[in-house]
Amino acid sequence: MLEIKNLHARIAEDETEILRGVNLTVNAGEVHAIMGPNGSGKSTLSYILAGKDDYEVTEGEVLFNGENMLEMEPDERAAAGMFLAFQYPIEIPGVATMEFLKTAMNAQRKARGEDTLSIPDFMKRVKEAASHLNVSMDMLKRPLNVGFSGGEKKRAEILQMSLLEPKLCVLDETDSGLDIDALRIVSEGVNKLRGPDRAMVVITHYQRLLDHIVPDVVHVLSKGRIVKTGDKDLALELEKNGYADYIDTAA
Amino acid sequence: MPAVQETIDTVKAIDVDQYKYGFVTDIESEKGAKGLSEETVRFLSAKKNEPEWMTEWRLDALRRFQQMEEPSWARVSYPKIDFDDLYYWASPKSVEGPKSLDEVDPELLATYAKLGIPLAEQEILAGVEPKNRVAVDAVFDSVSVVTTFKEELKKAGVIFCSISEALREYPDLVKKFLGTVVPVTDNYYATLNSAVFSDGSFVYIPEGVRCPMELSTYFRINEQNTGQFERTLIIADKGSYVSYLEGCTAPQRDENQLHAAVVELIALDDAEIKYSTVQNWFPGDKDGKGGIYNFVTKRGDCRGKNSKISWTQVETGSAITWKYPSCILRGDNSRGEFYSIAVSNGHQQIDSGTKMIHLGKNTSSRVISKGISAGKSENTYRGLISAHRKASNARNFTQCDSLLIGQECGAHTVPYIESKNASAQFEHEATTSKISDDQMFYCLQRGLSEEEAVALIVNGFVKDVIQQLPMEFAVEAQKLISISLEGSVG
Ligand SMILES: Nc1ncnc2c1ncn2[C@@H]1O[C@H](COP(=O)(O)OP(=O)(O)OP(=O)(O)O)[C@@H](O)[C@H]1O
Ligand SMILES: [Mg+2]
Repeated sequence: MLEIKNLHARIAEDETEILRGVNLTVNAGEVHAIMGPNGSGKSTLSYILAGKDDYEVTEGEVLFNGENMLEMEPDERAAAGMFLAFQYPIEIPGVATMEFLKTAMNAQRKARGEDTLSIPDFMKRVKEAASHLNVSMDMLKRPLNVGFSGGEKKRAEILQMSLLEPKLCVLDETDSGLDIDALRIVSEGVNKLRGPDRAMVVITHYQRLLDHIVPDVVHVLSKGRIVKTGDKDLALELEKNGYADYIDTAA
Repeated sequence: MPAVQETIDTVKAIDVDQYKYGFVTDIESEKGAKGLSEETVRFLSAKKNEPEWMTEWRLDALRRFQQMEEPSWARVSYPKIDFDDLYYWASPKSVEGPKSLDEVDPELLATYAKLGIPLAEQEILAGVEPKNRVAVDAVFDSVSVVTTFKEELKKAGVIFCSISEALREYPDLVKKFLGTVVPVTDNYYATLNSAVFSDGSFVYIPEGVRCPMELSTYFRINEQNTGQFERTLIIADKGSYVSYLEGCTAPQRDENQLHAAVVELIALDDAEIKYSTVQNWFPGDKDGKGGIYNFVTKRGDCRGKNSKISWTQVETGSAITWKYPSCILRGDNSRGEFYSIAVSNGHQQIDSGTKMIHLGKNTSSRVISKGISAGKSENTYRGLISAHRKASNARNFTQCDSLLIGQECGAHTVPYIESKNASAQFEHEATTSKISDDQMFYCLQRGLSEEEAVALIVNGFVKDVIQQLPMEFAVEAQKLISISLEGSVG
């Protein structure tokens, strides 16, 4: 589903190189975890997948279902099924969460040539998804992410993800800011979306998320490169020993 | 009027090519002679069969106008207007005094269709009688050509007609109230309007009557070189209520067109007037040609106790907008409200705001202004809140929010506060925000196009004001705001 080949990227503004040859293949049905020290380029990688133009790809390619994803606009990528759950979700003042959901769902449907959702159909979907994630009606009426607590923001991200039904889900530190119960609820929400047609990339620092969302593959990203790949046990090992072993080999 | 020096520079080359309603309707027009003179005024007044006192009133205004100086800020901001090069009378020839819609020129109806007149009115135009009726008094150039539901309004005792007709049918009412809110000599353009006003609406709601439908007028400048000088007078007698809707778009033109309207509202004891405007005059083409100069004097007089006047405006058009719908809170316990959305793009210059003049006791006012600037435009909110000596317990709350799209536009807030009564309480809040790249990216990541993202964020920004508009207007206003901002990002 997702093939990243020798991806080099830098910050457009000052040309600092962040990614230095990332190779990663994620097949449909798989869940990959990406771990790594602060500042190693995990969020940068997720932004580049989503098409943020602060970054410039200098080398390599990214294929999404065989198509050159780097040539697509961010909204085209979204309509094609790429979803990014942001590490720091953005506030949209004045726009009720409900309104935002409707606009986003219909925008993607329009881009794919599908009909606009009827209001009852939309409401039914939202109510169902929201109840699984413990998102209240009251929260849906509030402007998106404005004044939301850290945990509420993350739940709102996963709510959007479940309603938009993307093919490729990239979750950037979705566990940060979640209390123990919320972590379970959100993980369940994510697990519900696991399926043979969907691929996930889960960026995290902590094993506790991977206890709930058990990955098929775990990668360590350090200084813009994947320096180690293993199975779920790699995460357990990292939890115990830290990154020291791998960072040295990468340096 | 408070200082307006920073209002406007020369209208530079205007690169707004977003104007979707720029078309010219091909209806034969009858024009009077060019130029501003006693003869013109007499011709105009005679054409309208006005009573003698009205002709004299106009001539008096003309004489005063001829002794007035054009405000100096205006001189530096745009090419001087040659009042002798304008026509002061134009009427669509083929449609004099139609009795019903069937008699209306189909071209004209097609024009309204192109304007995307809301469903309710389209139903009326198609002859369907909708449940929620909106009476349309369409001003096409200078003469009202479509008037619906007049008879039914009459049953309720409501008078809704063109001001020309009111001058013939209800001269005493007009004489009693005309010029009592905006005096003949109020300001340069108001004086000009008093001399040569072409047409406009007249509304009288009798005592205790709640007007059974929203009253709506569509204005449209159509005739080249015809200065438009609408005059509107609305009187809500004791305990009555009326909601009035004014909407306008103008066809594309090569020459700058002057629009100097005067609107006077009078609310007597316990009466309420709600006045909503959607303004979309032509802002000029990408070569800097055309574009309406919109110099409007709108004022409401809360003359009676417990009366209320509420202005809601959505301003998206014009090359220059100079407009301060105001309320004089004369009656005790009276209330004034001003809700405004002003959108500027390209090289548009908007200087708009309100004046709330607290004269009576326990008067209150509320001002919510949302300015959106894009392109290279400048958007200024200018407001005056004043309490006079006797205005004990006057209250005002003002909120001015500005939203900037892009790097080259400007937003300014200029609040003036004058309080001569120690018990007055005036509150002012102001914010300035931007649509950030992060917000855009977030929306795009969710599948919205750039235009959809801007529309969504902007509609969120203006929501508080949109909610004040009647339903059918709210939808149109949102559409208009999105159209006005097309191409403002990316
Ligand atoms: N737009 C930007 N401008 C300047 N520096 C940037 C920008 N984006 C990323 N960086 C820098 O690039 C490096 C990688 O950042 P990134 O956010 O990708 O790290 P991360 O692996 O997600 O870290 P964390 O675990 O703390 O979230 C950091 O040093 C960061 O400061
Ligand atoms: Mg990060």
